[in-house]
Amino acid sequence: MDAEITLRVDGRPRQCTVDTRTTLLDTLREHLGVSAPKKGCDHGQCGSCTVLLDGRRVTTCLAFAVAQNGAEITTAEGLAGDGEHPMQRAFLDHDGFQCGFCTPGQICSAVGMVDEARAGWPSAVTPDVAGSVDIDDLDDAEIRERMSGNLCRCGAYVNIVSAIREAAR
Amino acid sequence: MIPFDYQPAENAEGAVATVARAPEATFLGGGTNLVDHMKLGLARPSLLVDVTTLPLDRIETLPDGGVRIGAGVRNSDAAAHPTIRERYPALAEALLSGASGQLRNLATTGGNLLQRTRCVYFQDVTTPCNKREPGSGCSALGGYTRYHAILGASSDCVAVHPSDMAVAMAALDAVVQVTGPGGQRDIPVVDLHRLPGDQPHRDTVLSHGDLITAVDLPPAPASRHSRYRKVRDRASYAFALVSVAAALDIEDGDVRAARVAFGGVSHKPWRARRAEDVLVEGPPTESTFWDAAEAELSDAEPLRGNEFKVPLARNTLVSVLREIVSEQR
Ligand SMILES: Cc1cc2nc3c(=O)[nH]c(=O)nc-3n(C[C@H](O)[C@H](O)[C@H](O)COP(=O)(O)OP(=O)(O)OC[C@H]3O[C@@H](n4cnc5c(N)ncnc54)[C@H](O)[C@@H]3O)c2cc1C
Ligand code: SF4
Ligand code: FES
Ligand code: FES
Repeated sequence: MDAEITLRVDGRPRQCTVDTRTTLLDTLREHLGVSAPKKGCDHGQCGSCTVLLDGRRVTTCLAFAVAQNGAEITTAEGLAGDGEHPMQRAFLDHDGFQCGFCTPGQICSAVGMVDEARAGWPSAVTPDVAGSVDIDDLDDAEIRERMSGNLCRCGAYVNIVSAIREAAR
Repeated sequence: MIPFDYQPAENAEGAVATVARAPEATFLGGGTNLVDHMKLGLARPSLLVDVTTLPLDRIETLPDGGVRIGAGVRNSDAAAHPTIRERYPALAEALLSGASGQLRNLATTGGNLLQRTRCVYFQDVTTPCNKREPGSGCSALGGYTRYHAILGASSDCVAVHPSDMAVAMAALDAVVQVTGPGGQRDIPVVDLHRLPGDQPHRDTVLSHGDLITAVDLPPAPASRHSRYRKVRDRASYAFALVSVAAALDIEDGDVRAARVAFGGVSHKPWRARRAEDVLVEGPPTESTFWDAAEAELSDAEPLRGNEFKVPLARNTLVSVLREIVSEQR
């Protein structure tokens, strides 16, 4: 069953007709030619399809596009318009990738995660969830926990953590 | 995946009526479980009624001092909410231990309660499974049982409920608000999920067309002193082998109220009333903790391959109780 949807993707309004069965990930990649989000597992398990949806990090492989009609989507491609986002710079400076497949998802997830920490959200390793959370508390253990939804098959984790640590300052 | 129609819900009653009248219709929350199941061929709805468009995305304080979490509240928002963190810390901890940051931003309260088991055979349509296909047999019996039940299972199904959030809610005496074709009703979270018995295809007591609109948390002094601990095969982003939610209200050196629930051990969040009875009205001592754990787990029936869960559950409970007591000193 076809549905017509409108999205704002990386700052541009986009319209398309999709079968209701189409995920947001496939809509971006196959219908709109936005290939930054990657299809790793297609089951919510790897994080490579992560984008910012209305400003929050989400996986896109378990969301039907038709249910996101009207949403604002930012992929790794559109994080800083034509410029360079500080998180992207930090990944380059710290060698936060090897093959690069997981990287667009890692970067979107990291940007969303830093916003969550700035908003004072606790994590599973925060010692006291009832206490206040400050961005300065974002140590390596916090970064690892908060980024655990993004797998890296190349195992670039050590440099991913140091890139995020720097960009979060 | 078979073709389906999609409708954003306009109001709760309308959504209920639409789904109730169409046997192949179902509600869509964040989609993180349902869409996966549609891809895997476990769910084949012909109509999705999207309930995230309903105004059920609020957390509010109730007149009795309790808190109502709307069914559409995302798991991340519930975990970050100051009132939940301060008054029901075990619930915030349970939510934060589930899935990943990206998934919690999508997953809803209603969908989390109704997520289905992660039993590998249930998720694989090529293997027999009584839950997926009643009467076909249970592949887990004699198979891979590491993530399966030790309490309340049946010879038809040994699956466990995978939710962390629901375990904390069960311990905190939360109550689910349901709107169904016949009207509104409340169901305590502890009574929402079923034991498998000879009908493992029924996860809960809900009927087709029943919409969860909210979960209410009652006010209780013990809830402020509550903790959730999850033991798993890796440090993060994995389902529980065993988890414990516990709350203690200690006054003048005695336990006035105790609430305990286990996750990862049964087809439902396992409220440990026998352990609570041992804990209550006495001083919170190490030996009482062991007695409480023993009282609950003495008739656990592990499967070949998950015997380790019995001592793991026992040790985790004792350790969580110790932690709660040390924090109240
Ligand atoms: C990789 C991965 C790892 C995960 N790890 C964990 C974990 O460690 N711990 C954990 O607890 N969970 C985990 N989850 C599961 C996750 O928490 C659930 O998928 C999520 O909570 C489901 O919520 P949803 O809103 O997306 O539900 P949906 O997928 O939209 O719906 C699930 C079910 O609930 C029904 N439904 C939804 N809303 C309502 C309502 N209001 N009333 C009635 N019925 C409704 C739907 O019809 C469907 O049957 C994981 C999931 C993934 C993909
Ligand atoms: S344990 Fe339950 S869900 Fe798993 S295969 Fe057996 S019947 Fe199916
Ligand atoms: S492709 Fe979406 S999480 Fe793996
Ligand atoms: S850089 Fe290759 S998967 Fe992460």
